[in-house]
Amino acid sequence: MNLAIRDIRYHRGRFILTSIGLGLLLGVVISMGGIYRGLIADALAILNANRADIWVVQQDTNGPFAESSRIPEDIKYRIAAVPGVAAVSPLALQTIQIERNGKPFRFFLIGYGMGSFGGPPSIIAGRNISQKHYEMVVAKSMKIGLGEKLRLGQNEYTVVGIAENIVSSSGDPAAYVTLADAQDIQFKKSNHAIRNERTKIAAGADAIATFSQQQADFLANNIIAATESTHTVNTVMVRLDAGADLKQVQERIQRWNYLRAISDAEQTTILSKGMIEKARMQLGLFRAILLVISGVIISLIIYTSTLDKIRVIATLKLIGSQNRVIIGMILQQSLLMGILAYGIGYAVILLTYENFPRRIVLEAFDLQALFVIVMVICTFSSFVGIRKALKVEPAEALGG
Amino acid sequence: MYAVEVDNLTKIYGKGETAVTALQDADFKVKRGELVAILGPSGSGKTTLLTCIGLINEPTHGKVVIDGITVADEGWQGGIDLKRMRREKLGFIFQAHNLIPFLTAQENVMVALEINGLKRFEAKQRSVELLDALNLGHRVNNYPSALSGGESQRVAIARALANRPRVILADEPTAALDTENGRNVMDLLKKLAVENNSAIMVVTHDHRMVENFDRILEVSDGRIVAEKSNV
Repeated sequence: MNLAIRDIRYHRGRFILTSIGLGLLLGVVISMGGIYRGLIADALAILNANRADIWVVQQDTNGPFAESSRIPEDIKYRIAAVPGVAAVSPLALQTIQIERNGKPFRFFLIGYGMGSFGGPPSIIAGRNISQKHYEMVVAKSMKIGLGEKLRLGQNEYTVVGIAENIVSSSGDPAAYVTLADAQDIQFKKSNHAIRNERTKIAAGADAIATFSQQQADFLANNIIAATESTHTVNTVMVRLDAGADLKQVQERIQRWNYLRAISDAEQTTILSKGMIEKARMQLGLFRAILLVISGVIISLIIYTSTLDKIRVIATLKLIGSQNRVIIGMILQQSLLMGILAYGIGYAVILLTYENFPRRIVLEAFDLQALFVIVMVICTFSSFVGIRKALKVEPAEALGG
Repeated sequence: MYAVEVDNLTKIYGKGETAVTALQDADFKVKRGELVAILGPSGSGKTTLLTCIGLINEPTHGKVVIDGITVADEGWQGGIDLKRMRREKLGFIFQAHNLIPFLTAQENVMVALEINGLKRFEAKQRSVELLDALNLGHRVNNYPSALSGGESQRVAIARALANRPRVILADEPTAALDTENGRNVMDLLKKLAVENNSAIMVVTHDHRMVENFDRILEVSDGRIVAEKSNV
């Protein structure tokens, strides 16, 4: 006869309520793991979507995601000529925050070269960008309808397509425009600023006494052209020919002293280890604390439940019950509570995780590992109750 | 062979100056089928006597023999499994019946049988037989909270009888019952003592019940001061 099941059956209301409370706590633990996995998935989303072999960035930087990186756009032609390079695509990346419907609206803007790779991975509504200017594709999670217009910088952009959810390394949804538009949004100054700078440059050139007016104009025009150019990108993605030597291509690109060629594996390390390490530790610590709290709660519940059963245990001992019967009753109750609580926690997260503001990724390994941990905690937690039960004397069953 | 033999049984609680002698030089034998009352005021040592025979309290001195097996002789005898002895040779009935609240009447009887190694099916069958015999056939699926005091005590008796023990020890089994139910329980114990050939020892201070017993042991200040036979 299973005494644990019978006790639970008799006190099912109390058992279920306790398990729900514990289950919600375990749900938080599960969600913490999911948030951590979501952080990694988010951090690597753009990497995985583009499948580049090399990310060419500004020298001595870990760009373009972990650090700022700026390189001239025309370097793409030289990189494309390196032996082993199959295709290149420059990207201009920028986090943008605008006002929309009276609320701050934040997203990650990706400018990519039309006809090259690096664009939206899959369009689920509308179409891809087909004009060089003023069209954009947005991630589904931005909740912007087709045909809506967004003002970015000095121009308005029409949403022509909705892409599957893709996010930046910090979890902001991504939107796509052409490279030229992204460069304008990121680098083009306002008309007032341009006029002001032109006047300053012309005045400076005119002030050079040894220059003729013609020489001063020539110098001023060249400086203006250089400062007003928007042909800058944050990175150039490189795909290699089949069988090309990654190291060799990296070395060739890095011979130009102002570039760094980061392999996809290195970029993954930069993003997963560097950028989210602290978040990982924070979440890990939080999970550990919650598990300790769960352990303490289970211990208290089992201990209290054992105290409630002192007379039952004494009676069982008096009628000759073996210790294993009593230990089994307490241990099984603890484990059953753990299983039920885990199931409740898992179900709650499964039903709600899509509504979390950040991505939750539930991985089978994490869930299985947590289940094992919960079982271990339940086993250890039941020891306090078992210890108490084993100390109960059969004589306690006697008397009124 | 006697069901219970007690020889110079002494129980002292504590040591040195704080030592209290709860029982001193108790000496008696109980035959199978005999119904014996242990009578005495509160604190006289009757429950101590019961717990020493029930293998719950280790005697300080003296000898206890249950169904021919010496379980204590100047302390517990080595090699004796006290739990097994309690399971197989002894049955207990309490004042507060001590039924397990989360088990039905039938399960309360079955638990004693299963602890003693009986298969589930056999335990089920025997528990129904026992409860039927005690007129509780209609209450098998009721929890103790749904039973009256008399019914609960009868379930406790069924549990005590489940493993056909040689000795049944009852601690104030009628104290929580009204006169009629108390008398019914005593009649039942008397009947069972004969039918099962078990020795039944009942601790009581209820003098109204003494006529039901074959023998009365009167305990006072830890000593058996009088022994009276009704046979």
